[in-house]
Amino acid sequence: MTTTLAAPAPASDRTAALAARLRTAIGAERVLTDHAQLRTYECDGLANFRVTPGVVVLAESRQHVVDAVRLCAEAGVPFVARGSGTGLSGGALPVAEGVVIVLSRLRALGPVDADNARVVVEPGVINLWVTRDAAPYDLAYAPDPSSQQVCSIGGNVAENAGGAHCLKYGFTVNHVMGAEVVLPDGSVVHLGGTAPEHPGYDLLGAFIGSEGTLGIATSLTLRLVRVPEAVQTMLVGFHSVEDAAGTVSDVIAAGILPAAIEMMDALAIEAAEAAVHCGYPDGAVAVLVIELDGPQVEVEAQFAEVERIAQARSAFETRIAQDAAERALMWKGRKSAFAAVGRISPAYFVQDGVIPRTKLPEVLSEIGRMSDAVGLRVANVFHAGDGNLHPLVLFDDAVDGQAHDAEELAGAILELCITSGGSITGEHGVGAEKRMKMGKQFTPEDLDTMQLVRCAFDPDGIANPGKVFPTPRLCGERPGPRTGVHAVQAAGLGEVF
Amino acid sequence: MTTAVRAVPGVTGDAIVGVVPAEVVRPTEPDEVPELLRAAQRDGRTVLAAGGRTKLGWAPPPSSADLLVDTTGLGRVVEHTAGDLVVVAEAGVRLSTLQEHLGGAGQWLALDPPEPEATLGGIVSANASGPRRLRYGTVRDLLIGVTVVLADGTVAHAGGKVVKNVAGYDLGKLYTGAHGTLGVIVSTTWRLHPVPATKRVVVVDLADPLAAGPLAIAIARSTLTPTAVEVNATTGGPATLTVLFEAIPDSVAAQADAAVALLGSGRQQEQLPEHFGDRPGGPDDLVLRLSFAPASLSQVLAALPDGVAVTASACTGVAYAALPAAHAAALPAVRAALASHDGTAVVLSAPPELHEGLDHWGPLGDAVELMRKVKDRFDPERRLAPGRFVGGI
Repeated sequence: MTTTLAAPAPASDRTAALAARLRTAIGAERVLTDHAQLRTYECDGLANFRVTPGVVVLAESRQHVVDAVRLCAEAGVPFVARGSGTGLSGGALPVAEGVVIVLSRLRALGPVDADNARVVVEPGVINLWVTRDAAPYDLAYAPDPSSQQVCSIGGNVAENAGGAHCLKYGFTVNHVMGAEVVLPDGSVVHLGGTAPEHPGYDLLGAFIGSEGTLGIATSLTLRLVRVPEAVQTMLVGFHSVEDAAGTVSDVIAAGILPAAIEMMDALAIEAAEAAVHCGYPDGAVAVLVIELDGPQVEVEAQFAEVERIAQARSAFETRIAQDAAERALMWKGRKSAFAAVGRISPAYFVQDGVIPRTKLPEVLSEIGRMSDAVGLRVANVFHAGDGNLHPLVLFDDAVDGQAHDAEELAGAILELCITSGGSITGEHGVGAEKRMKMGKQFTPEDLDTMQLVRCAFDPDGIANPGKVFPTPRLCGERPGPRTGVHAVQAAGLGEVF
Repeated sequence: MTTAVRAVPGVTGDAIVGVVPAEVVRPTEPDEVPELLRAAQRDGRTVLAAGGRTKLGWAPPPSSADLLVDTTGLGRVVEHTAGDLVVVAEAGVRLSTLQEHLGGAGQWLALDPPEPEATLGGIVSANASGPRRLRYGTVRDLLIGVTVVLADGTVAHAGGKVVKNVAGYDLGKLYTGAHGTLGVIVSTTWRLHPVPATKRVVVVDLADPLAAGPLAIAIARSTLTPTAVEVNATTGGPATLTVLFEAIPDSVAAQADAAVALLGSGRQQEQLPEHFGDRPGGPDDLVLRLSFAPASLSQVLAALPDGVAVTASACTGVAYAALPAAHAAALPAVRAALASHDGTAVVLSAPPELHEGLDHWGPLGDAVELMRKVKDRFDPERRLAPGRFVGGI
């Protein structure tokens, strides 16, 4: 079930003229206008939002990006940057009659500057490649969204991507030191660099996470981290969600900062077991995957402490990964959960709300009550250490009215996150999907202030319009369900969570 | 003026780099600040903010100072949820006060600039940091929410009360280090860390400061996890390398031993050396903040004239240097030498007679026009801290 927002139509005269100029500037083979080819780019990982763009540009160099943006600016045509298209909030949703600038062919990586722990990459570089290239130097790139096998650094920067390990290591914004950015008028600026500080406003900090609304990064300087001496992963089974959530709070309260604490409830465990046979503890109503890293002696001491805390919270089984294979199996169950839920339910909504960690038990209980009241199942699989929930609202789109009920429930869960003092999005971004919720988290004055930055970078509003902000012009859209398994997962290319 | 908060005439003690503000006002409620700024807008008056005034001398003098908003009356720790490791505190709360408050729960705000009496608003505005930035980062890594009053009195929040939050633009980053040119900060929300159980220090004496660079690289590339690596030196003279480990007792003991082995020498001690993290320099110096590619520490030290006192946070690429006023003419050469290491040298403070004509910021790169556009949107009448920032902002 999808909502097609733009009917197939010949590109407007303006767009056709722009396409001709783009072909001249960039080369005809890199400029797509054939409708069937354009359809490939009509959505990102939020597949129920679809818009067919007017033109797609396959950039292969910074100059191509500069030329494309400059020509868009001259023609007054909006553009949308796109990396691997794995985003879950519709951040790369095209604008009808607009231009999509695809960055995935800009893939220069390195060389790794080991002494400075830096590497310069182009935006199309895949997240996991950075760690792969850094590994010979005992370095790694810390942000690890679960789609890291396929998602691009440029997209990570646009969304300020997180991942399981950002509890300890922070998000993309904490690991990007510099960026070369093509502004919406086609000019190029350099923000930050190899050094940690530069005189002037931290425009880099504002740019990261701006979801493509301030310009397009064509080069990024990443900070790498030293691979820790020891890593230990444990899987802990509980008979209640409240005990698992309480363990999370107690671990943090004990002054321990794990690399990751992930949680799955019974429904998520059931789905993961069915899909990948991860062998989680029998009868578990909730499991935690806890990873500690650092100096060997610290990891050992903290592990003993975590085990004690979990047992005090009635954990009935604790397993410690003895080798890399066991560690991988523990993570496999967690990382496959989204796709697995797609198998046990015809359709589902996924949300990305955040709550203060201490509110986990009560919010999870409330979600359970809300789920029962509506009669729809909700699977919870999430970054517990950060309070970043990923409730999956399961439904059958063949049943009349269920999609609507599921959508209402997903929305109500997000509002519960806001009233609990949290956020509508922890890592997926606002994009096209949640911009109408921004007014519930921020005042009109807050949003107007953000728009001051937007106006400084993009006075004509041509960089990814219709995202992040609840502009009235586009309020007619209604969010719809995610259906089945994402194409990236179906192709075996990666996992999404 | 219509506001209930009473302004008093500025006195010499209120001077901002020699410029005495016409009036000073000390609000005690965040709600009073928007009214103050609306009134200032009506009258076309320029506005500066001051907290603990520990770094008010940083940056160039203002071109005009009609009203100084003293934020020290905004002194409440609003909310500390220990289990969330998050605190909300008003801008005028002093860092030492906050740390004392948090210490009861075994937590702290992991910022250690050498001015404990600094206020949170001032720390954000000046982007102040200290040695432990190596482990914990700086304001941009720890500030998760902020409330700012803009030039027209608009109250604008950004971020929130949860660490993980990507909703909307992260304007906290923009206000950090902006020296009050975009708005007056009234409230801040921070990510906290547990106070480490214990510490162990390894101190290495170096005959030649340039030896510090390779040692810092060796530490950075090892599995050691120091919270700080500081170099104190006088160029051309001896230097001290201090490696600080803060963790559980077994860990700091094992790591200190490993550090001595890695560095080839070093004595272990339980306490920090005196003046650990202090910035060098006095009233007769140009105090510089140097920022550079972290591995180029030795080259940066070599670029300074002899006799310059330096405190470097090795492995991070930040150092503070006290260039005697007599050597002020060396600044362009220092900047030129740093440029090949992505390095910059910002003048934090200088003797009063040197400010006229001094280039405080050095080369600004190609983004300065964009910075002016941001300023124009936030403060089109240029009434907030005029002249105190880059590119004439």
